[in-house]
Amino acid sequence: MQLTEKHKQYWNINLKMSSFLLVLWFVATFVMGWFARELNEINFIGPLGFYMSAQGSLIIYVAIIWYYAHYMNNLDKEYGVHEGELD
Amino acid sequence: MAAVQTQSQFTANLKRYYSFYTGGFVAFVILVGILEQMGVPNKILGYIFLFATIGLYAGIGFMSKTSDVGEYYVAGRRVPALFNGMATGADWMSAASFIGMAGTLYLSGYDGLAFVLGWTGGYCLVAILLAPYLRKFGQFTIPDFLGARFGGHLPRFIGVVAAIVCSFTYVIAQIYGVGIITSRFTGLEFQVGVFVGLAGILVCSFLGGMKAVTWTQVAQYIILIVAYMIPVVWLSVKHTGVPIPQITAYTTALPKITALEKEFNDKATPKGAAEESVRAIFRERSAAATTKLAELEKDGATFLAAEKQKLVDKAAALKAEAAPDAKAVEAAEKAVKDFPADAAAAKKAWTTEKGVSARAAPVKAHSEAFSVGGKTPEEIEKNRGIAKKNFLALIACLMIGTAALPHILMRYYTTPSVHEARVSVFWGLFFIFLLYFTAPALAILAKFEVYSNLVGTSFASLPAWVSNWATVDKTLMNIADINKDGIVQLAEIVIGGDLIVLATPEIAGLPYVISGLVAAGGLAAALSTADGLLLTIANAMSHDLYYKMIDPNASTVRRLAVSKGLLLVVALCAAYVTSLKPGDILFLVGAAFSLAASGFFPALVCGVFWKRANYFGAVLGMTLGLGICAYYMYMTYPFFGVNAPKWWDINPISAGTFGIPAGFLGIIIGSLLTKAPNKEIQDMVDHVRYPSLDGTMSAGSAAH
Repeated sequence: MQLTEKHKQYWNINLKMSSFLLVLWFVATFVMGWFARELNEINFIGPLGFYMSAQGSLIIYVAIIWYYAHYMNNLDKEYGVHEGELD
Repeated sequence: MAAVQTQSQFTANLKRYYSFYTGGFVAFVILVGILEQMGVPNKILGYIFLFATIGLYAGIGFMSKTSDVGEYYVAGRRVPALFNGMATGADWMSAASFIGMAGTLYLSGYDGLAFVLGWTGGYCLVAILLAPYLRKFGQFTIPDFLGARFGGHLPRFIGVVAAIVCSFTYVIAQIYGVGIITSRFTGLEFQVGVFVGLAGILVCSFLGGMKAVTWTQVAQYIILIVAYMIPVVWLSVKHTGVPIPQITAYTTALPKITALEKEFNDKATPKGAAEESVRAIFRERSAAATTKLAELEKDGATFLAAEKQKLVDKAAALKAEAAPDAKAVEAAEKAVKDFPADAAAAKKAWTTEKGVSARAAPVKAHSEAFSVGGKTPEEIEKNRGIAKKNFLALIACLMIGTAALPHILMRYYTTPSVHEARVSVFWGLFFIFLLYFTAPALAILAKFEVYSNLVGTSFASLPAWVSNWATVDKTLMNIADINKDGIVQLAEIVIGGDLIVLATPEIAGLPYVISGLVAAGGLAAALSTADGLLLTIANAMSHDLYYKMIDPNASTVRRLAVSKGLLLVVALCAAYVTSLKPGDILFLVGAAFSLAASGFFPALVCGVFWKRANYFGAVLGMTLGLGICAYYMYMTYPFFGVNAPKWWDINPISAGTFGIPAGFLGIIIGSLLTKAPNKEIQDMVDHVRYPSLDGTMSAGSAAH
């Protein structure tokens, strides 16, 4: 079927949000990992670099996925591309 | 679970069933605990746990038996997000996660965290790049998507091959875990253990396919998470009085470990001096072996004979003394008896002996990132750079591999809607996270126990768990008084990684019933992953190869018969290969991730996000990705014997570092060189991108 302008807008917003969250993911993983030794100099619940890789980054991952699901489910409704109720 | 129920009734019923189930399981554990107090031997308790849990899984499998294609392949597409999350967790967490991970962290400190990060962060990619779109596509397998999106049989076929190769290497590691656990806790032979476990896997997936596997995996998740948490929480209470190991490990135990590490490495302190005396012995032994090896190289058999003569003379001299010391004589005679028979044996023995120099190294700081050795500051800097690069490359391969393993992606076909698919990735990672953020804490608490309570005790009064495990398995716990001072030094202990999780209940002073529970948890982890993998392989063959490519007119009955038959064959093949005990399990697992990442990820992501990607690009990208990845492993992994120089010092386990870019490059170049896909396929991409284009339920979720 032919996509309307509104559909295209929805997809662009999705792409923007996805890229933003993937940047967060990248920072939480690779930037933190790269500077692990430097971060270890800071003390936050133990050495920060170690803490981030053992726990902090994991919490960020869970939050990223929760936020994406929450945001997209609202966006679906806003742009009328959500699925019908199941019940 | 009648079909007339609405989805919310269905969910409510599920919650009720599984609450009852959890309560029942706790009651069962308490009952076994009472049996233990009544004096039932540990071995019997082990059998009770083994057969009760396998019987339970078989029971769920039997209750979920089905002959409906939709139920068999995708559990009827009505698994609620929360439950799909639990099933994903069990599907995901394997024997390596449950038993091996805390040990790896204990042994390698910060550098082991690559596995923790890699095996969780990948779900961000699943959630954002794949799960919702695959759900909207709504077919049965991952090769299905490749076949429909790129057209033609070839992309589907490459997908089938890749799915089989990576799932099969991975399933061998799981069945291996099943064999280890059953043999350790029941005394059955390894091979018998493999087949007992296999029976548990088969009864479940054989009768009910994805439906049975899903509901069993939820049950298995509950067991495995309870089994993992109880001992760790207890250990935390024992050491700190607070039942939150994820905090106390960092605030209480880690600073003490760091202080002890410094003390062990400082010769001026009493503990440091004692450690140094052990290390000096190891250095001497290593140096002596090095000299002997050099002599052996030069004089061969003559030197060997002369060495042996020295020992014989020494034994004779001891015997000839006026008052012979019986013990010394015995030791000298044993040395003569154990002397290597020929040059080859001598070389092997002395090379091992030379390696003890590793035990003379200073203690590595647990929280230090990329700690490496080196003679000059420049060399240390260079080695550190290599370690950092490999750490990040391994994370990347594990993450992208996570987002490409078909047995995980398949789970997102089973939710009722795109919305639920997104939420179920969240629950999935949340449930995985519960275990993964506990493992580093467990490693720290176990280390604290060893550093502060084991080191410094006398050999005459070792803790019970140490002497128990040292007699059961030398590869897990090896402890000997090297410097003969009667006191345990850290350098005198060698711990195998798997010990940490297996021995935690005993370290925490819990009764044997909890050890049995941990074994049941490890078994649940291995069985659930094996279930998902076997089903993936059998479905790729029956659905994609047989139904889609060979006989599209096959009846439903026939399709299911073929699928079940193949499941049996694949399972027996996998069990047979496992019973041969193939080499390095960790490498097999790593290889599966790199191969999946290189083969699937570029094609799947481009399939959704780049309309221009076409048939030729997909074929080129997938073959190039798989090819480069396999080639690099073959050239650099010592097992294959080529040992070519590494590219940019990247280890073979991270071969995906080259395979993934090659895959993307292939798909981009291949697509741009040939014409854009037709309108029909472009429309399909739009269909996948929007949960619903006309405001109603998507066809994929209503049908089947």
